[in-house]
Amino acid sequence: MQREMIERAKALLADGTVNRVIGWKAGEFDYDITPAVFTTAEELDAGFLYNDLCAANLSKYLIKESRKEGKILAFLKPCDTYSFSQLLKEHRIWRDHVYVIGVPCEGKVDVDTVKSKGITGICSMRCDGETVRVETLYGEESIKKDEAMADRCLNCKSKKHVVYDELMGEEGDVLDSHRFDMVEKLENMTPDERFAFWRGELSRCIRCNACRNVCPACTCEKCVFDNDASGIAQKAAVDSFEENMFHIIRAFHVAGRCTDCGECSRVCPQNIPLHLLNRKFIKDIDELYGEYQAGADPDTKPPLNTFTQEDAEPSVIYERGGNK
Amino acid sequence: MLKLPIAKLDEFFAAIAAKETLYLPVDNEGGQAQYKEWKEGVSLSRALNTVRSAKDFFFPQTENLMEFKTQGKAIEVIDSRKESEDFVIFGVRACDARSFTILDKVFLVDPVDTYYKTRREHGTIISLACTRPEETCFCPLFGIDATEPEGDMRGWMTEDALYLEPVTEKGTALAQALGDLLEDADAAPVEEQKENTKKILEKLPFSKLDMEEFNGDNLLKLFDSPKWAGLSEACLGCGTCTFVCPTCQCYDIRDFNTGHGIQRFRCWDSCMYSDFTRMAHGNPRLTQLERFRQRFMHKLVYFPSNNDGEYGCVGCGRCLSKCPISMNIVKVIKTLGEDK
Repeated sequence: MQREMIERAKALLADGTVNRVIGWKAGEFDYDITPAVFTTAEELDAGFLYNDLCAANLSKYLIKESRKEGKILAFLKPCDTYSFSQLLKEHRIWRDHVYVIGVPCEGKVDVDTVKSKGITGICSMRCDGETVRVETLYGEESIKKDEAMADRCLNCKSKKHVVYDELMGEEGDVLDSHRFDMVEKLENMTPDERFAFWRGELSRCIRCNACRNVCPACTCEKCVFDNDASGIAQKAAVDSFEENMFHIIRAFHVAGRCTDCGECSRVCPQNIPLHLLNRKFIKDIDELYGEYQAGADPDTKPPLNTFTQEDAEPSVIYERGGNK
Repeated sequence: MLKLPIAKLDEFFAAIAAKETLYLPVDNEGGQAQYKEWKEGVSLSRALNTVRSAKDFFFPQTENLMEFKTQGKAIEVIDSRKESEDFVIFGVRACDARSFTILDKVFLVDPVDTYYKTRREHGTIISLACTRPEETCFCPLFGIDATEPEGDMRGWMTEDALYLEPVTEKGTALAQALGDLLEDADAAPVEEQKENTKKILEKLPFSKLDMEEFNGDNLLKLFDSPKWAGLSEACLGCGTCTFVCPTCQCYDIRDFNTGHGIQRFRCWDSCMYSDFTRMAHGNPRLTQLERFRQRFMHKLVYFPSNNDGEYGCVGCGRCLSKCPISMNIVKVIKTLGEDK
């Protein structure tokens, strides 16, 4: 697939369809891949990469990139196309400045997951069918791919591309993901247990803002937490309660717009399962306003921006909340 | 050389904790290590290192500096510091142990940062030699010996014992206070462990990077390098690298209106953030390129030219494993270093 992608990118550069290509660039090890813009065939040959380790969602970069002169070729995985489509819906990306090629994704191997299984000193990694072969400072190891995959990929919601100009490889389907299983578990806890769970998780936050900055739904020109005039700007929290509030406010702000791409949890240096907050909102929206997948199509009206007489009344809080 | 049988580790921790607050790396809910206070039942993490570095103990993420109270036209300034308690940090790795000497060069030179100084004086560091370095480790590049860490007391953990060697007066005093718990021992097992670890350290991929290019004489050449654009292109502008870094030491000072007065506090800041260096006239660092460049110029050029060639990096590898887009100091050194 990587070879075909490079050839196709070169052809589109050569015939003038695009003047840049956004993709993934090889690093020092196999797993430390960086999003990058390529402008020549030589650059593509030297560093362009696409494999089971290319995890970054490139959609958010297209907000800036699409405002530049000329068209950019973007290779998007299925889940990235949901983010891209949602950003189009919010008029954040200039569609006619992007040429989208949908590329298949078999689920991404995550180096932190591999390390959590006790394999350390990883100098190289490659997927060999359903096995991941790892060379470490301490010898060779192997691990099954589904044990090495990122959590978000184990609960993949869709292998279908929702927007593209061209597809490479085989198109997939929307999947039965079981992605709300953990949310249900949390819902079934008592309020005290749930509070303890989230305090435990969120108290590790170091307010690095990686979750916010990587999030394709967080596209404010100036975040309320960076804006002195907002009165709530803060670089650090007074206590861990404020850390909680930062994440809860952010989850509210992206509610109905979060496509569940899982980048927030992927980048969190403290392994906080932030995606669970967003999934709770998605599940609630599904239950209260009818099934809705942000980014799935350009036309469906977002339930939180649309009034209908069937909408949930505020009393729903009393009906659903409290001790169960 | 002193020795403690591994079975007595808890007894050892309890003995220290009975005198002073003891912190050590502990596994958290996220499956990673962080420093926590030792209490009965808390066990030492087996992880190579903590996500947050040990700098937190001397330079915490947030810290109250002073309070102001106004009554009419009078302002009362209150020093809100409490006398810092004595504390012990166990399990500091060689990289973090070296980071303290780098931070000292910032906070303990005139004008001395008394908040930092007080904590340094009250803290005793028991460092722990590494036995299983990661591929992201490159402390040998900065002349750090992971098998012989700095600290008030240094330790080596083998399968059956913890070997300890007091280094400073503080370390010697602590060893004496522990009395019979520690016995004299032959250093042979420690030497054997060091030899084994050194074989791995030899294999580390970034421990012999070419640093020749990075010095004050090349300041403008490096500053003006066209390569910063490509290096910083994908940077998200988050603060992960700066916040996990043991040597990043920039902070912001802000006032908080408590309703009864003003609380002046400081908190970590990040040169990667868009409002860092923002002033009344605007911000001289307009794009992520300038912010990104600043972080690496500081560590690789400005700091060494002001500090006898010592780099502002200890090779702990945290930024390598934690950067959301996998851009890091090693890639910067390699990319700019090839322009000789």
